[in-house]
Amino acid sequence: MDALQLLMDPLTYPFIQRAFVALMLVGGLSAVVGCFVVVRGMAFFGDALSHTILPGVALSYTLGGGNVGSHLFIGGLGAALISAGVIAWMTRDERVKEDTAIALVFVTMFALGIVMISTQQNYSTDLTHILFGSINGVSVNDLYLMGGLSLLVLVVMFLFYKEFVIISFDVSLAHTLKLPVEALRVVLLMGIAITIVVSLQTVGIALMLALLIAPAATARLLVHRLHQMIGVAAVFGVVSGIIGFYVSYYFDVPSGATIVLTMSSLFATVFLIQKGLRRLSS
Amino acid sequence: MRDSSIITPIQHANSPALDVQGVSAGYAGNASAIESITFSVQKGERVAIIGANGAGKSTLFKAMVGLIPFTQGHISIFGEDCRTSHNLVGYVPQYEAIDWGFPLTVFDVVMMGRTRQIGWFRAPSKHDRERVMELLQTLGLSWLANRQIGELSGGQKRRVFIARALAQETQVLLMDEPFNGVDSVAEQEIMAMLDILTTNGMTILLATHDLGKASRLFDRMLILNRRVVAFGTPQEVMQPSILRQAYAGTVEVFMEDGQAYLLADEHGCGGG
Repeated sequence: MDALQLLMDPLTYPFIQRAFVALMLVGGLSAVVGCFVVVRGMAFFGDALSHTILPGVALSYTLGGGNVGSHLFIGGLGAALISAGVIAWMTRDERVKEDTAIALVFVTMFALGIVMISTQQNYSTDLTHILFGSINGVSVNDLYLMGGLSLLVLVVMFLFYKEFVIISFDVSLAHTLKLPVEALRVVLLMGIAITIVVSLQTVGIALMLALLIAPAATARLLVHRLHQMIGVAAVFGVVSGIIGFYVSYYFDVPSGATIVLTMSSLFATVFLIQKGLRRLSS
Repeated sequence: MRDSSIITPIQHANSPALDVQGVSAGYAGNASAIESITFSVQKGERVAIIGANGAGKSTLFKAMVGLIPFTQGHISIFGEDCRTSHNLVGYVPQYEAIDWGFPLTVFDVVMMGRTRQIGWFRAPSKHDRERVMELLQTLGLSWLANRQIGELSGGQKRRVFIARALAQETQVLLMDEPFNGVDSVAEQEIMAMLDILTTNGMTILLATHDLGKASRLFDRMLILNRRVVAFGTPQEVMQPSILRQAYAGTVEVFMEDGQAYLLADEHGCGGG
């Protein structure tokens, strides 16, 4: 079997074609949005937000008769937005630190989700799908929805790029320039929430964080300007999606996990090469 | 050096550059960090704000740029209410909370100052890029333009943030303790930069706890201890009675050959 055939072989089935497109889309989008998560030091928030969507997903799942599909987006997004709102509201009280609020909302929502799913008959299968994704179940409609939401997030990131950079780097400058700091922060958080929900079906809740963090962290090692970092991270995200897809197909292992392992291997490779070069040159 | 390279001409040049009338302001935990502050600064003047920790120097600056609301009083910049004229005031805070690993170059950071000029949904134009390079050149920073911001020394970082404030097309520059934590070479570089700015007609307010530098290098001094203790030329305000009032209970003041010496108690008289 030649190399081209190895690459083309999996793509003969429509459901696998859809999975392939979904993985590239999600890899690229998460990497772009993840750059802001990384430079703002919001890894914990990203992880928490991906877990808080569980009750929303569970509710849609239950109402949808145990199907994984587009309606999960709406439930997940609803839960993410409610969680982000509650966290913002709690931290207005100076006695509640932000990471404390995030942790409290995160575990409460996750526990609520588990209780809700446990009422279903196929408890463990359902939970596995949601926690680790079910890439082969991506429908044409799901792809349209994922594509549309990804486009929306990317356009917003592009339009407000310089303002997002300022509120992330130096919030007091943003205030002196009279930028609507709170509104911009909410828009950025919503972008992160939508990205997480879009990626849910492909890698699931448990591994979502890696898609946001790993390509961005790898890109940061290579460049020192944010817009370059976003470009490099997007390439890493898409490439990791593709590599993970083929590894998953040929070795019959879960695609979400292989993508994450591809991403962390990329980081480790770049990190170790740089360390090695630095040691050689010193 | 061309005048236009630092500041742009302003219409209401006859009004005071800065007019602060009866301003009180504070935070949630300290509602009246400053009270009834009144003073006025002319265009091109260099004013040092002096006071002990907690005297309200930073609070005063933050109120001027709208970072905290003021409960009473009025601040105008060249006759215009400060709430509508914020682009005329550039603020260089102490920047202890900045993440220096942030992936931005010196050029990117200075360009941030032009956000208002660039406008929403737009990328910097050729003119914006030229303006930033011009500022960096004038302030001797152009060789650092492509460096990541964290690679710079403490003094260079301060100068970059001053350049950023100037990129806002600022007329009045507020600097909070720019000499804190920098070595003497950097101190001299910052002072040289202030001279360039003054020559170009910039109005400068600088908070410091260095009385010696303040009295030698500034036109006027504002002594602050939640209220204005004194405001005048260095000769007028460098009096033991005034300084005792400013550092009430924390220092002993001695005068010798016109030079003030402060003997600190255990807590000293640092900035704040």
